[in-house]
Amino acid sequence: MERGIPESMYRKHILELYKNPSNFGILKNATCSGTECNSVCGDEITVQMITKDGIVKDAKFSGSGCALSLVAASLLTSKIKGRKIESIKNLNKEEIRKLFKTKISSSRIKCMFLPLEAVKKALK
Amino acid sequence: MKIDNKIAKALKNDFPIFRNNLGLVYLDNAATSQRPASVLNAVKEFSERDNANVDRGVYSLAERAMKKYSQARKIIANFIKAEPEEIIFTRNTTESLNLLAYTIPSIIPKNKNEILITEMEHHSNLVPWQQLAKRQGFKLKFAKIKPDFTLDMENLRENLTDKTAIISLAHVSNVLGTINPVKEIADLAKSKGAIVIIDAAQSIQHADINVKEIGCDFLAFSGHKVLGPSGIGVLFGKKELLEKLPPFNFGGGMISKVTKEDSKWAEIPEKFEAGTQDVAGAIGLAEALNYLKKVGLEGIKEWENYLLKYALRRLKEIPGIKIFSPGEEKSISLVSFNLPGIHPHDVAGLLNEKKIAIRAGHCCAMPLMEILKASGGVCRASFSLYNTLEDIDLLVDILKEIQEKFK
Repeated sequence: MERGIPESMYRKHILELYKNPSNFGILKNATCSGTECNSVCGDEITVQMITKDGIVKDAKFSGSGCALSLVAASLLTSKIKGRKIESIKNLNKEEIRKLFKTKISSSRIKCMFLPLEAVKKALK
Repeated sequence: MKIDNKIAKALKNDFPIFRNNLGLVYLDNAATSQRPASVLNAVKEFSERDNANVDRGVYSLAERAMKKYSQARKIIANFIKAEPEEIIFTRNTTESLNLLAYTIPSIIPKNKNEILITEMEHHSNLVPWQQLAKRQGFKLKFAKIKPDFTLDMENLRENLTDKTAIISLAHVSNVLGTINPVKEIADLAKSKGAIVIIDAAQSIQHADINVKEIGCDFLAFSGHKVLGPSGIGVLFGKKELLEKLPPFNFGGGMISKVTKEDSKWAEIPEKFEAGTQDVAGAIGLAEALNYLKKVGLEGIKEWENYLLKYALRRLKEIPGIKIFSPGEEKSISLVSFNLPGIHPHDVAGLLNEKKIAIRAGHCCAMPLMEILKASGGVCRASFSLYNTLEDIDLLVDILKEIQEKFK
């Protein structure tokens, strides 16, 4: 039966981050880079990083996609800056989910995890 | 019956989905249509009263089940002006087309090695032919579309040659809504000796289909796009061609005699219906067609066309909107569009928050998306007899809100 209108995925903080993304752009002197795309929705995210002594010193992302995948890239690049590579490699989907502070519907889960896949690819 | 907004609103009451999802604005009818209670009841009643295996049971219950199954086939045949034995039950359009792609090489003359489709095909009428071309070393050709989203007939004529073995095309594009001139194309193809296959998945609910008038050799559609259940589909084939084609699936029900060494096939249509079929599904599909006829095909067509006209007019109010439609005169009742700078999945996600269901993405037509330069896909709103002007108003109002939100 009817379960009411779901809580919006596009809450204010999400839309703000979509309009004014964090860490968007090209990182000169990047030491590694990873690109992941979702051909089903045309999203493509590249994450570039500068790593030194086992730590991610800086991270930026570029590409195009839906609001959720771009916001995920903003959130993720902010989270990994200054963190140990080993701990980033162990980041799980639950931690990404928490970054959003809102419930993402099952059909959009892939968007949320696309940047994480790009990061893991870069750190391989 | 002439349908107006009031009647359309009342028609919603025939469809339990709306009772169980209050406020639902369902605009994804091109993906699957909703089912009237009469269809759901027909399926239920068959299971509760008449269910038995239809394959030569010699008891009364099986005879009754067989009678209902045969009646369903007859109703479906009548709907497209075919003979009952020309109706093969499959799971859906995709399976119908695959059945052909696997069996058809045996009736293709040796001097023919080209398959012609169009740039607006759904993957289900593209991938089977692409893979057949690979298997047989055939050439797969695409007739182009024009900037006005209609088929480029001149280009189609150029691509249609004496080497064309098969032309397979959508009666109606699932992305553009474009109605293709299938009769004219069938005539052209016949003059080149090509086999004509029509993908009627999108047209079956919206157009009067007369296979004799079209002059096609085969035609495929799905039950679930014409108010019927999912899991039941149809392949129409001209009798003399079905008789020539070898079976696709082997097993019970499709044989006349089996020895350890060899088998002989049953007559059509059974030759193509190995294994126990979705009998309840066939009965449900027949009931769906009865429902449409009861409401009136002409009235439905008129109302749906009015909905499209209204939707196109209202959508054009949105600044910068990109609409992929040839206009209401050349299209069935669906419209694809994009809001500038907003991903279709975000549009659909936000519409969902207001209980509006539309399709967003590549709509199983990736090559077409490339031509439309829509790498993220499109938003598609598709209408059915039960949609109202309020449904469209709400869609447009929320689209405007979304645009504001993303500014």
